Formats: sequence, structure tokens, C-alpha cells
Amino acid sequence: MKVAVCVKQIPDPAVPGELDPSTNTLNRDDKLILDESDSFGVELALQLVEAAGGGSVTLVSMAPRSEVSGLRTALAMGADDAVLVSDDALAGTDALGTAKVLGAALGRVEPDLILAGVESSDGYTGTVPEQIAGVMGIASVTFAKKIEASDGMLSIQRQTDDGYDEVTCPMPALVSVTGGVVEPRYPSFKGIMAAKKKPVDQVGIADLGIDASAVGFAGSRQETVAVVDAEAREAGEIVIDEGEGFQRIADFLAELKVI
Amino acid sequence: MITASSPFYTDEHHEFRESVRRFVAEEVTPNVHEWDMAGEIPRDLYYTAGAIGIFGDGFESEYGGHGRRDALLRLVMLQELSMAGSGGFLAALLSNYIGLSPIGRFGTDEIKAKVVAPCMTGDAISALAITEPSGGSDVARITTTARLDGDDYVVNGSKTFITSGMRADYLTVAVRTGGEGPAGISMLVIDGDSPGLSRTKLDKMGWLSSDTATLYFDDVRVPADQLLGEEGTGFSMIVNNFNAERIDMAAQSIAFSRVCFNEALAWARERSTFGRKLAEHQVIRHKLVEMDRRINADQAWCELLAWRLNQGDDPVAEIAELKVSATQAFEFCAREAAQILGGASYLRGDTVERLYREVRVQAIGGGSEEIMRDLASRQLGL
Repeated sequence: MKVAVCVKQIPDPAVPGELDPSTNTLNRDDKLILDESDSFGVELALQLVEAAGGGSVTLVSMAPRSEVSGLRTALAMGADDAVLVSDDALAGTDALGTAKVLGAALGRVEPDLILAGVESSDGYTGTVPEQIAGVMGIASVTFAKKIEASDGMLSIQRQTDDGYDEVTCPMPALVSVTGGVVEPRYPSFKGIMAAKKKPVDQVGIADLGIDASAVGFAGSRQETVAVVDAEAREAGEIVIDEGEGFQRIADFLAELKVI
Repeated sequence: MITASSPFYTDEHHEFRESVRRFVAEEVTPNVHEWDMAGEIPRDLYYTAGAIGIFGDGFESEYGGHGRRDALLRLVMLQELSMAGSGGFLAALLSNYIGLSPIGRFGTDEIKAKVVAPCMTGDAISALAITEPSGGSDVARITTTARLDGDDYVVNGSKTFITSGMRADYLTVAVRTGGEGPAGISMLVIDGDSPGLSRTKLDKMGWLSSDTATLYFDDVRVPADQLLGEEGTGFSMIVNNFNAERIDMAAQSIAFSRVCFNEALAWARERSTFGRKLAEHQVIRHKLVEMDRRINADQAWCELLAWRLNQGDDPVAEIAELKVSATQAFEFCAREAAQILGGASYLRGDTVERLYREVRVQAIGGGSEEIMRDLASRQLGL
């Protein structure tokens, strides 16, 4: 079974991020790390290949400056290889442009199954996985919490507000994976050492047959026109309990229609 | 623990640090107090640690080790594990290193396959047994005997202060096979389920989640092929082991000092007295700076010594001096952090309260300050 996982390399969330004031886009000049929301897809992919008794897990990513730090983390977890699209022309690419680029890169891999996080932890558009499926013309299933594969078919438990739906669909397909559904393994020392030797196929947009005018700021159909600070949270109401505290809580919950 | 750029660390050091850091944040730090109260760490933790490769430094890859010794990688690993602020957790998990090192270096292929391989995966636990009730630092005078009888050694005597002594599946034991003095000492690997071996748990001031035991050997029969190296070579194995144990304990002490500093800094920024944050009082700021100064100095020294070990140097005197310096700095930092936290540091469950109780074992275990100074003075030709 051949599984591809879309992984994003993002600025370290532990370090306060900065926006480029001229473009209102996130500054990505420092080292990038594996988006934690993608580590669940990597873990699921590894488990699916193990359950299938063989196959491969290929990472597909788009990042500036040929950044591979985040890919190395996922390779150390056990992924077999990676395709990295890195090209100066990609700066400012919007969600749909990203989907076109990743779709073209995934086309070179020809996987049975593509996994992706529901949304990235820096951009949060939550649209790229489904746009990739649209670009590639394959089935798309969102919010998966469990995936099983057999005889060319996928059985998926799809998370909903009330529980989950059971969905089946033929492969190839793209499935977005809900965060927290599996426990991503820790990269081991041996995995870290092995990752150094695993192949990372670095390509530019010309290799994928994509014209520079279709991507980057020039090809983007989205523009962040302004960024404003979120309103500071107001202080909550402090209620001194003088024997009627329970009633105040009940009234408050009733007002919220919780009870 | 260290995130700033450094001439010593490679990408693989940083990547391993991130993996261990995540393990500590997710599975260790939130639980160390509960484990202290339980008096042990969960057995499953050894499997997770084994899968990450936490036990592998210095052991051959065919038995599940890293296939190399990297003192800087070990420093990274130890200090990240130490940032959980629990010496008990660390002592329990890592008794493998002191127990297995002589086996890895001097054991036969058979004993390595039997003992080292399962310990690497967390399926088995190893401990080192040297100290005896009659004397601690005076290793050359141990009295536990091993008498050859047919294909077996017959062991009689007792050992005390043995980390993981209660739960260890394999014990690497210093025994007297010959006459008096260091030349009569040998090392034997004894199976934990050997008839005639009994164990008694010791209660301690600190390291509550690490079991510590006194072991009794009454006519314990041990296959002669579980002797490490030749008869009479045990003393040099012990001395060699102590050197690694000492830089390990220094590295841990530095990280524990950093935990004390972090706890004190966070409290000083949060807590107000006399209308100002604690951190705005000069007396508190000076305490914090003095802590930071001592930690940074020892950290720089420790990294340099680890690098020198990787170059093939054997800086015995400096490692002994570093252990004194790092454990004294830890004692200082634990005290100053407790002064800054005030009453909060006296509550069971507080990180500084735990570390304050663990200062003493860092200053005594692996060689007391007094023994370290004596060793360094002899190395310096004094």
C-alpha cells in the first residue's frame, strides 16, 4: 500500500510569530518545524502500511528555502521518503495555488491514499486538502478519526458533532485526519540517524509543469488586506456567594440555554 | 535544556533533544509527583523509553544500542529527562546505564544477548550492586565473596543502597573472588530470580519514585560464564563506570539547578510583596542572577568535558571537580529557589520541595564531594 502524507513545515509555535507588514503574510525566515497537526497523518499512514503488511509512506511538502527540518522529523518517525517543492516563485501562494502545487507533486508519487491534516496550525484555511482532491479529481473524505483499507476500498469513521459517520470510498482518495485521533510515535535515535539517509526529492515549479504566473502573489486569488489585533478579553463577572451562588450559576447556564 | 546555538551540538543532537523533550512533557512531568507518592515509576515507561533509544548510548547496535558512544548526545538526553524535576524518575529509569555498562564492555556475546538486548527495549531492568553495609566509598575492601564450585560461583554477602534493587531483573555485582585489596575483586552478572537472593526495600529522604534496596546473597549459585572479563579485573571496571556515572550526575545536577531557577523566576514574576513583584526587588534579582551565573558556568564546563570525552580524552580530575561544582551549585540553587518561593516550596508536591530533598543524593551518590576532591588531588599529583 502506497500512502502519501501532505505535511506542512511551519514556524515554531513556541516562538512568537511575526507578520511581514508589506504583505501581511507570516514571516518564515527562521527554521521551520513539522506542523503537529500533520504528525497524526504520518502516524496513521505508518499504521496503515504496517497493517497492510508492506508498502511505503511518502511525504509531500511545499516550503521556502529548501527547508527539510520538519520533513526530517516525519522521516525519523518512519516515513520512507519525501517530495519537497521549493521555489522562490511560490512566496505568497494562496490555498488554491498550494493545492495545485501539492496536487502536481502528488501526481508524481501516484499513491493509493493521500492523508492530510484538517488544517494547518499557521494558516488555518482548512481548505487545502479538499482543493487537492478537486485538482486531482479524486474522492475526498474529511475529518477522519479511523481509517481501514482493504481490497482497494477505504472504510472511514468520519467525526461529526454528534458522533461519527461510517463512510466507504474507493482508492485513490484523499482523507483529512482529525488531530488527536492517534498518538504520534516519538522519533527514535535510530529513526533520526536513518532519516539522514532517506531520499528527499527536491523539485521546483518548472519540474511540475506549473507556470510562475499561476502561483505566488501574482497568481493568488486571496489577499490579506488588513490585520488587526483581537479585542482584549474582558474581565469576567465575580459573584460573591452569599448563599444564593447556586441560583446565579443555574440562571447563567439557563441564559446560555445549556440547561 | 539548552536551546541557544552551540559549537558542540549537531542536528541529530537537536532532533533527539526534541523527541526526548516531547516524551518528558507529555508522559513524565505531569506524573512525577504521583509516581513519588506511589514509590515507583510505571513499567510501561521503560518500553517507551526503549523505543525512543534512551538506553542505547554506548551499546552495540546488534544488541539494540546506538552502536557508538556520544557523550554530548548523552548529555542532551540526561538534561532533557532531568527537566521533569525528579531525580527519582531519572534514577529508576536509568539504572540500566550503570548496570549494563560493564556487561556491554566486558561481557561475552551470550551474556550481552541475554541481558543487554532486553534491557535496551525496556523488557528487562538492570542494576549495579557495589556498595556494602560495611563501607561505601572504600570499594577495594568489599567482602561479598564468590567461590568457584564446579561450573558455578557461589555468592555470599550483602549489598546496600542499590538503585532499582527491588525490581532489577539482572544485577551486576562486585564480588571478591581472590585475596584482599582491589586485585581480588571481580564482576558477576546475577539473575534476579536466583534462589538465595533476597531483597529489602529502603525508605529514603528523596528519589521517592526510585526503589532502593539492600540485597542479601545466601549461597546464590551463578553460572561461571556470567563472570565479566577475567577474575580480579572487577576493580578497574568499577572505577571506569564511576567516571561515566559522575559526569552523568553532574549533568543532571546542572539541569535540576536550571529547573529550580525556572521555578523561582516564574514565581518572582508572578508573586507580589510590598506593592511590587518579587522580581522587582533587588535582593531577589541578585539571587536569580547568582543562580543563573553558576548554572551557566557549570553547563559550559560540562559541555566541554563531554566534547573532550568524544575526542578520546579521559579528564578524570575535571569530571570529579565538575561533580563537586555542579552538586554544590544545585544545593545553592535549591536553597535560593526555596527562599524565593517561600512557603510554597515547603508543600509536598512542589517541584522545588522535591529537588531540595534530592540535593543530598546528588552530592553523595557516585562518589561524595570528599572522595571527588581526594580523587582530583591524586590525579593532579598532589
